[in-house]
Amino acid sequence: MPVTPPDGIRLVIRKKGFESYYMSKVKSSRTYKEKARAAIKKPAALGEDIDLDTYLDTAEKKPYQPDPSQLPVKTKKHMLSAGIILDDMRQRSGTYIQMDNAPIHSSSRQEGVEVMAVSQALEKYDWLQDYWWQAVAVDADKFTANVELSQYDGYFIRALAGQKTVLPVQACLYLSKERLAQKVHNIIIAEEDSELHIITGCTTSLGQEPGLHMGVSEFYIKRGARVTFTMIHSWNPETAVRPRTGAIVAENGLFLSNYVLMKPVRTLQMYPTARCVGENSVVRYNSVLVATPGSSLDVGSRVLLNAKGARTEIVARAITTGGDIVSRGYIEGNAPEVKGHLECRGLILQEKGMIHAIPELKGTLAGIDLSHEAAVGKIAEEEVEYLMARGLSRSEATATIVRGFLRVDIEGLPAALSVELQRAIEASEKEVM
Amino acid sequence: MLEIKQLTVAVEDKEILHNVSLSIGTGETHVLFGPNGSGKTTLLMAIMGFPKYRITGGNIIFDGRDITGLPLDERARLGIGMSFQRPPVVRGVKTRDMVGAALQARGNGATIQNLAEKTNLLEFLDRDINYGFSGGEIKRSELMQLLAQKPELTLLDEPESGVDLENIALIGKLIDELLEKDCPARSRKCMGLIITHTGHILDYVNAKTGYVMMDGCIGCQGEPREMLATIKEKGYQECIECLLHRQTV
Ligand SMILES: Nc1ncnc2c1ncn2[C@@H]1O[C@H](COP(=O)(O)OP(=O)(O)OP(=O)(O)O)[C@@H](O)[C@H]1O
Ligand SMILES: [Mg+2]
Repeated sequence: MPVTPPDGIRLVIRKKGFESYYMSKVKSSRTYKEKARAAIKKPAALGEDIDLDTYLDTAEKKPYQPDPSQLPVKTKKHMLSAGIILDDMRQRSGTYIQMDNAPIHSSSRQEGVEVMAVSQALEKYDWLQDYWWQAVAVDADKFTANVELSQYDGYFIRALAGQKTVLPVQACLYLSKERLAQKVHNIIIAEEDSELHIITGCTTSLGQEPGLHMGVSEFYIKRGARVTFTMIHSWNPETAVRPRTGAIVAENGLFLSNYVLMKPVRTLQMYPTARCVGENSVVRYNSVLVATPGSSLDVGSRVLLNAKGARTEIVARAITTGGDIVSRGYIEGNAPEVKGHLECRGLILQEKGMIHAIPELKGTLAGIDLSHEAAVGKIAEEEVEYLMARGLSRSEATATIVRGFLRVDIEGLPAALSVELQRAIEASEKEVM
Repeated sequence: MLEIKQLTVAVEDKEILHNVSLSIGTGETHVLFGPNGSGKTTLLMAIMGFPKYRITGGNIIFDGRDITGLPLDERARLGIGMSFQRPPVVRGVKTRDMVGAALQARGNGATIQNLAEKTNLLEFLDRDINYGFSGGEIKRSELMQLLAQKPELTLLDEPESGVDLENIALIGKLIDELLEKDCPARSRKCMGLIITHTGHILDYVNAKTGYVMMDGCIGCQGEPREMLATIKEKGYQECIECLLHRQTV
């Protein structure tokens, strides 16, 4: 279970708050390796087990590409389906592209925003080690352990203090080698009072061949910083996906995370966890999930409200057209005046398919306000008929309702990003209906 | 012209309407009274074509065409429109989408903006339809959608109930527009069938025929204002006695 933060951290959080947290005594990388080795066989708490031995560890090196618009048209098209725009990079404040295990491009167009391969960042900044495995536990399960023991890069994105970007940074993790286990470790840091928007597109050029994506992502959102993170996944029916994400949000910080999965995938399990460690910090999770026949998803969002006045809202929309979805949500209130709401709605569009909504709330003191609502079912006939009474055919009415279901109005997301997100959803809507 | 001939309607195997007949001439508006649970809404839903309201006998003829078996959406496109007493909330579907869909389905060239201004609902366009709408707002929103549909037959289920005095004038005006009140009677095409308890709407619409529905039957027909006066004075008890009297004669 990735919930429990490493022991030292808890102590620091309680004593001094977040600033001292990343200054805290660093565990030597040796310790991480040891812990990882001990957890290398530890099955994940959730999701079907995956035999890592059936995947390859290494892939060919890829040449660096200074101008990503020169990438093959087909590759760019795949990336575009996951929100990565390479033909007009003016729409982005920075770009990172990793193909299989090789970073092939990283650039920033905006002063005060750093975008580079994490290996490069580790060379550049000694202090980066202090952030390693602070938001995700290295020994959470065999996937985190595996990433520690044989990771190949990932991205490092950082906004310097006070730096407010409007355009998003885009990061693409691209899987092209059959049977490869892609293992990345990403670090995102928003320094005090900065603002950072990120689009991550994870996709594959493989048609039907299997592949495995394991991605550890750690977010550090410091005092007064705002981060929006929009992740679009576009895999194939044979991909297995195991992201491991943690976020730590300091005083008055905001972490807004959007996740979209509209395309088939064989198995995907993730349960990102955000910890509000600073007063009045805010976390919002929105996810839109579609499970096509043969897809099995176990996706949740977890928020720990550990500081006074922290707030969260988790909204999950799940649609099955024949696949299985476990839609989880967990909010824990551990400090005074915290507030959290969890909304989990599921639509079953075909006779087959399963949605299991598991909303959980835990409070450990009085004076907190946590609530949830969950609903799973088919489209209400009454709603379809209401639209039909205005002249829409049954299929038009159904499509309109499904489109509405998938429309999430995300507070705090820049308008342009909202439009892009909606476009990504709409691009796949037809296949859903 | 709408003709309803000996219509029998069942909901979940329970017969609610029994042999209901009425006829609305082109350009006419008729009014339907009747106590709670007597079957007024059921009649409108059956005319509109909701599948749950199963027609087990009789016919509905609209503009000379038998539409008894025609699906709901086809009736809407043909020019039948209804305002609902309790419309559902549809999350994610915006009021704007509903109005837009109605305009498109009927090839109406009006603009969403204009209709929203007219109904004083501009700031509702980007809200989920009916979500958190007050009773009066629902009535106006239903009329806005109907104005987009521009039906030839307008079915209104208690359009004025729960509406404050100021808004009732607005509602009255909107209904007038729907029913082409300002049009000379001879060239008027639009028909209306309006359910009302209070009769306030009679101050606005040009209705010369009224019915009282009792236990799923049309009890009697007459001049709506007179009927309302009797109902107000004596209640529906008078209608029951009148019916009993007629049965024994
Ligand atoms: N879905 C249903 N299942 C069972 N009974 C129903 C259903 N719908 C309507 N009825 C019954 O049919 C009868 C007529 O209902 P209807 O809604 O038509 O009445 P109404 O005249 O419109 O009443 P009101 O003035 O209260 O709106 C009522 O007894 C009602 O309970
Ligand atoms: Mg009624």
